[in-house]
Amino acid sequence: MKPLAGRLRRRERLLADGAIGTMLIARGLPPGEPPERWTIERPHAVEAVARAYADAGADLLTTNTFGASPLRLRAHGLEDRLDEINNRGVQLARDASDGRAYVLASIGPTGHLLKPLGDVDAQTVLDGFRRQAAALAAAGADAICIETMTDAVEAVLAIEAVKAEAPGLPVFATMTFDLTPRGPFTVMGVDVPRACSRLQEAGADLVGANCGAGAEAMLAVAREFSRATTLPLIFQPNAGLPEHQEGRLVYPQPPAAFASQVAPLLEIATVIGGCCGTTPAHIAALRAML
Amino acid sequence: MTTPLLDGISSALQRGDRDAVVALTREAIDAATPASSLLNQGLLAGMRVVGAKFRDYEMFLPDVLLAARAMTAAMELLRPLLVADGVPLAGRVVLGTVKGDLHDIGKNLVGIMLQGAGFDTVDLGVDVDPDAFAEAAVTHGATVIGMSALLTTTMIGMKDVIRALEHRGLRDRIRTVVGGAPVSQAFAVEIGADGYAADAPGAVALVRALARVSS
Repeated sequence: MKPLAGRLRRRERLLADGAIGTMLIARGLPPGEPPERWTIERPHAVEAVARAYADAGADLLTTNTFGASPLRLRAHGLEDRLDEINNRGVQLARDASDGRAYVLASIGPTGHLLKPLGDVDAQTVLDGFRRQAAALAAAGADAICIETMTDAVEAVLAIEAVKAEAPGLPVFATMTFDLTPRGPFTVMGVDVPRACSRLQEAGADLVGANCGAGAEAMLAVAREFSRATTLPLIFQPNAGLPEHQEGRLVYPQPPAAFASQVAPLLEIATVIGGCCGTTPAHIAALRAML
Repeated sequence: MTTPLLDGISSALQRGDRDAVVALTREAIDAATPASSLLNQGLLAGMRVVGAKFRDYEMFLPDVLLAARAMTAAMELLRPLLVADGVPLAGRVVLGTVKGDLHDIGKNLVGIMLQGAGFDTVDLGVDVDPDAFAEAAVTHGATVIGMSALLTTTMIGMKDVIRALEHRGLRDRIRTVVGGAPVSQAFAVEIGADGYAADAPGAVALVRALARVSS
């Protein structure tokens, strides 16, 4: 495959994959269990999800390492297996790709608020992200995706960590926005222009948004991004907002409806994919549209 | 009746300036301001503005947390005076994040805002067993249990808490309220909770209404 960095620079359109967490839950991941545990305990299930996305035509396979930073792993008693979980996470995506797709290594938020609002200091967070980034880079990831951030400061720390530990790798950085009557804001009050300037200054190669209320809301977010930055953009909406049906949660948008709502995003996005509730069928529907 | 000092407390609280809130509160106490005025026209007046701006997306989580932190610090000075003056507490609420869920930002926010509204809170933390909710409500004489979940996979556990109350024959005496990103009014109705709130100010209003009914 051609080097990813060049394709991104030329803004070739690339298809990312869809959800991992909700896919593993559908395969029996118990409530409250961190998806990363399955990387070491049920690797075949994790690889099967990645393989299904590769089969659906995804160019980028996300690793099952969203919560594999030290603070999050610690909450589940898995911190001492950080290297193994990140390393194996990259390997499983690589194996599933069969040379068809790039491995996009995921780094999610720590789940803690930074001081003075919360209980962790910036140095601890930076050191933690550095450990994760080093493990992901050593395992041979093609790019890093810092995703679902709501605090610009934490997102910048993650980008700095990747720049320090994996200087050659392209960095994607996405934040999660709510579409409020006053426009898109993250829970922490970050608007799109501010997100763009902070992420760009820190050295992100691609910026954008993931998760949220679905593709329709994402379009409003994407339009703001296209006004705020000239960087290539990535958007990964949910398959709508989850609805509660007979004791379980269902994401309302089937693949065709999802794809038709995503269509206008293609004018704006360089990388497009899905988040919670999307499946290989959703990604296949996007592939058919590209 | 409000005074420049009480207004100053309210605006310092809205700015999240803990040091100023504490200093002004101390000043007001030294000036023999009645504890109930200090609470209602100073701290709660400020918190109401913060709550309304949060609801209208003019303030966000960091602003609310800073204001709440300032409120908590001031309440430490004020609480003994409220007790001495016989100002009644609004009620006692048991709070927790349900079994299997480790997320506590939203729950903590609700707790601080409830305290700000004059409630006594018993925070059980995260990953709380259904029986622990019920037992704590009995032990502490709480009239309301507030449950939080961030995960679509753990919110189902809220039903187990209500079931635990039913088993103990407490379902009619102890009200249950639910909240968290994936939770909805429809879900609250489905599991038989007494109420749902979409955000922390909403939770305070809801708990206030329910506490009134059950007292």
